[in-house]
Amino acid sequence: MAEYIISILLLIGGCFVLVGSIGLVKMPDFFMRLHGPTKATTLGMASLLTAAMVFFSTTGEGLSVKEILISIFLLLTAPISGYMLIKSAIHHKLDSIERTTGKDNIEDDV
Amino acid sequence: MLETVILIVFAMIGISLLLNLWRLVVGPSVPDRILALDTMYINSIALIILYGMSMGTALYFEAALLIAMLGFVSTVAVCKYLLRGDIIE
Amino acid sequence: MRLEARFSWLPTPFRSLLLFVVWLLLNNTLSLGHIILGAVLAILIPLATYPFRTKQPLIMKPGLALRHLLLVLYDIITANVQVAILILGPTKKLNPGFVKVPLDLTHSMPITILASTVSLTPGTVSAEVYPWLESLPEGEDPSQRYLLIHVLNLQDEDALIKTIKQRYEAPLKEIFEC
Repeated sequence: MAEYIISILLLIGGCFVLVGSIGLVKMPDFFMRLHGPTKATTLGMASLLTAAMVFFSTTGEGLSVKEILISIFLLLTAPISGYMLIKSAIHHKLDSIERTTGKDNIEDDV
Repeated sequence: MLETVILIVFAMIGISLLLNLWRLVVGPSVPDRILALDTMYINSIALIILYGMSMGTALYFEAALLIAMLGFVSTVAVCKYLLRGDIIE
Repeated sequence: MRLEARFSWLPTPFRSLLLFVVWLLLNNTLSLGHIILGAVLAILIPLATYPFRTKQPLIMKPGLALRHLLLVLYDIITANVQVAILILGPTKKLNPGFVKVPLDLTHSMPITILASTVSLTPGTVSAEVYPWLESLPEGEDPSQRYLLIHVLNLQDEDALIKTIKQRYEAPLKEIFEC
C-alpha cells in the first residue's frame, strides 16, 4: 500500500519538476520563464520530499519527518529568489515580448 | 515496482537538468542564466533525495538541506550583485 | 497592529515556536533531553538577537493565521496544476501582462507575506513595491503603496485585483490588525 503512495507521489513530483524545466526552455521571454521554476518546481519538490518522508517512515526505524524541513525551506525561499530575479531583470531593462500589456506600469528605478 | 518508478523519476529529473543546462548555456541574458542555475540547484536536491531512496539510506538528507541553503544564498547574492554592483554594502 | 509582545522574556513568541519545532525536526526525535534543550535555545536565541532586529508586527489571531495558511496551501496546489496546463499548452495563446495592485497594508512585513503569497499562487509573480522609498524625502512614509505583479495569462485585470485583495490581503489585515 505504502509502495503505491510513494510511487504516485514520486511520479507527480517528477512530472512537475519536468514541467517547470520545460517552461524554462519553452517560454519566449524572461518574465514568462520565471513562472515555471517558481511554482511548478516548488510543488514538485514538495511532492518528492513527501514521498521520501513516507519511504523512510515505512522502511527505516520509526517515523521520519525531517524531510518536511526542506519542503518548508523551499516553499519560503522560492518567492524570494523569484522576487530578486525579477527585480534584477527590471533593473537591466530586459525586453518582454510585444503583446505584454501594461508595460508602462513599470517605473524606472533609482 | 518501486525500483522502476525511482528509475523513471531519475530519468525525468535528468531530462530537466539537461533542459536547464541548455538555458544556462544559451542565455540570452544574465538573469536567465541565474534562473537556470537556481533551478539546477533545486533539481540536484531532488537527485540526491532520490539517490538516498534508491540506496535505502537517510544519510543524504543533510547534504540536500545544505545544498538548498547554499543555493538560495548564492542566488540572492548574485542577484544583489547585478542590482547594486556590490554584495555587502 | 502591536509591536511589543506580552512577556519581556519572550519577545517573539512565534519565532521561538518555529525554532523549537525546527530543532526537534532536525534531530528527528521527541526525547525529553532534546525537548528541554530545544526550549532553552528557543528562548535564549530570540532574547540574544532581539536587539539587532527591527520590530515586526505580531500575529494577533493565530487561529485565523492557521486557516489562511491552509487556504494558501490549497491554492498553491490548484495554482500549480493551472500553471502546468498553461506551460504545456500553446505559448502563442498566452497574454502576459504587468498589473499594478493598490495595497491597503502599510507595514513592510505584511506586504512581504502578501508578495510571497502572490508569487506562489495562480500565474502571478510579484515584481516590485511602488513608490520607491529612495525617491521620497527622508523618513517619510508613502500614503498609498502599489504592488507590481507579472501575470502569465491576463484575462480580466479588475477581477484579478479584486481576487488578490479579497482572498489574500483582507485576512492578512485581520491577522496583523493593521
